Amino acid sequence: MDILRTLRETFLNVDAMGQALPELVRVGLPNTLILALCSALLGTVAGMFLAICGLSGSRWLRWPARIYTDIFRGLPAAVTILLIGVGLAPLGLAIWGPNPYPLGILALSLIASAYIGEIFRSGIQSVESGQLEAARALGFSRAIGMRLVVIPQGVRRVLPALVNQFIALVKESSLVYFLGLLATQRDLFRIGQDQAANTGNESALLLAGLFYLVITVPLTHVVNYVDSRLRTGRHGDGNDGADIPDDDLAFATTQEAH
Amino acid sequence: MPAGTSPLPLTASTSSVATRDIHFAFGGTKVLRGVDLDVKGGTAACIIGPSGSGKSTLLRCVNRLLEPDRGEVSIGGRSVMSEDPDVLRQRVGMVFQHFNLFPHKSVLANITLGLRKLRGLSRDEAEATALNQLDRVGLRHKAHVRPGTLSGGQQQRVAIARALAMSPEVMLFDEATSALDPELVKGVLATIADLAGDGMTMLVVTHEMGFARGVADIVHFMDHGQVVESGPPEQLFEAASSCRLQEFLSQVL
Repeated sequence: MDILRTLRETFLNVDAMGQALPELVRVGLPNTLILALCSALLGTVAGMFLAICGLSGSRWLRWPARIYTDIFRGLPAAVTILLIGVGLAPLGLAIWGPNPYPLGILALSLIASAYIGEIFRSGIQSVESGQLEAARALGFSRAIGMRLVVIPQGVRRVLPALVNQFIALVKESSLVYFLGLLATQRDLFRIGQDQAANTGNESALLLAGLFYLVITVPLTHVVNYVDSRLRTGRHGDGNDGADIPDDDLAFATTQEAH
Repeated sequence: MPAGTSPLPLTASTSSVATRDIHFAFGGTKVLRGVDLDVKGGTAACIIGPSGSGKSTLLRCVNRLLEPDRGEVSIGGRSVMSEDPDVLRQRVGMVFQHFNLFPHKSVLANITLGLRKLRGLSRDEAEATALNQLDRVGLRHKAHVRPGTLSGGQQQRVAIARALAMSPEVMLFDEATSALDPELVKGVLATIADLAGDGMTMLVVTHEMGFARGVADIVHFMDHGQVVESGPPEQLFEAASSCRLQEFLSQVL
């Protein structure tokens, strides 16, 4: 019974939670969402650019893309955030003052773009070469064929992976912890952790964790839904045309009758 | 890309196709070793031959999806080698073994895409033309579904409609029925035969000897990257002169 009581006091201390709740909602949640959404957007734009470079015929585009991707996927996110958030601070000072927030977004975006770029690249490559061939056979240039026919299909295929990446981004945004953020800039984790450290009680941190779950768990179900929709088609019938429609045979016989 | 070009009526202009000394190698492997071919305007030419003889590669050199290492392609008597290949391919229609319809677009959109983006037709004009073509292949009622819900035979007929909608002067068929279930082959062959009857110049790579016999004006036998023998179907099938053709025919007939 002692153990249960200790656990309850450590994790389910309602007072501690109540103290942290307003800040978590008014400051932490918006900041976490802003960090995740901004870096997702910038990461997606940069990622598409990276993917196209990575698939280019020219090695002057391919190699830099490869190196960039290797670096930002290979470094621990914490290292990247510190290198940029602290290392580039003087530069950031010149542009937007002593504010680590934009640097945090920059770091998260660079990391996101490396992962998203690879996701796009593999999606685009998975589209059968016949698709581009058919587009070109109609008269489209390679570039337009990629834009109108290949890339839209490639992106659709990797939607589940992209949502998964966004979930990872939401969690990764907690690493701005290492940057000297103002009180109003703190994300969910920072607020939860600060409270937990001050009160010597983990309940605030658990509450922050619950907020993360509120964001990530529904997204997980979105992934599953998108995935199953992609498999079974819009009307869920999974019809791959295996049954021979009557008009195919009828068409053959009427032609023969000529 | 020519915008605002009005579409040519379907059978108004069809052209001859000729290749001279086409050479092509994939990396180190020579696939085409000097192919000379003549297809008179308004006629259907079938190309038969074993796998690896270069038939599909040759088709792709005709519309310059692949650039020949050496040699020349002429359409309507004029060389097309210095033309913009993208513009050339608007004049040459191609139908593939695996249909290659765009799965993320409706059947109608598959056909209107080229009409709107390349020929500059308005949405209404493009749809009217597309529905017309679908009528010709008997699939107007499927205009608004996705290709994935169609049978192979229907998909191939849509692919044919898509190519024809661009009013090509020449049509290329790359083993158009090889990926179809046997019951569906007849319908597609009938469509192609119809097109030949209408006077479309076509180059048809096929394994369907019955089709070649019945529809082709000339049959060309290719082996190891060259045209070995050419002639009217009766001559090639009944009185083959080269050993390689005799051997090939004994295996497939």
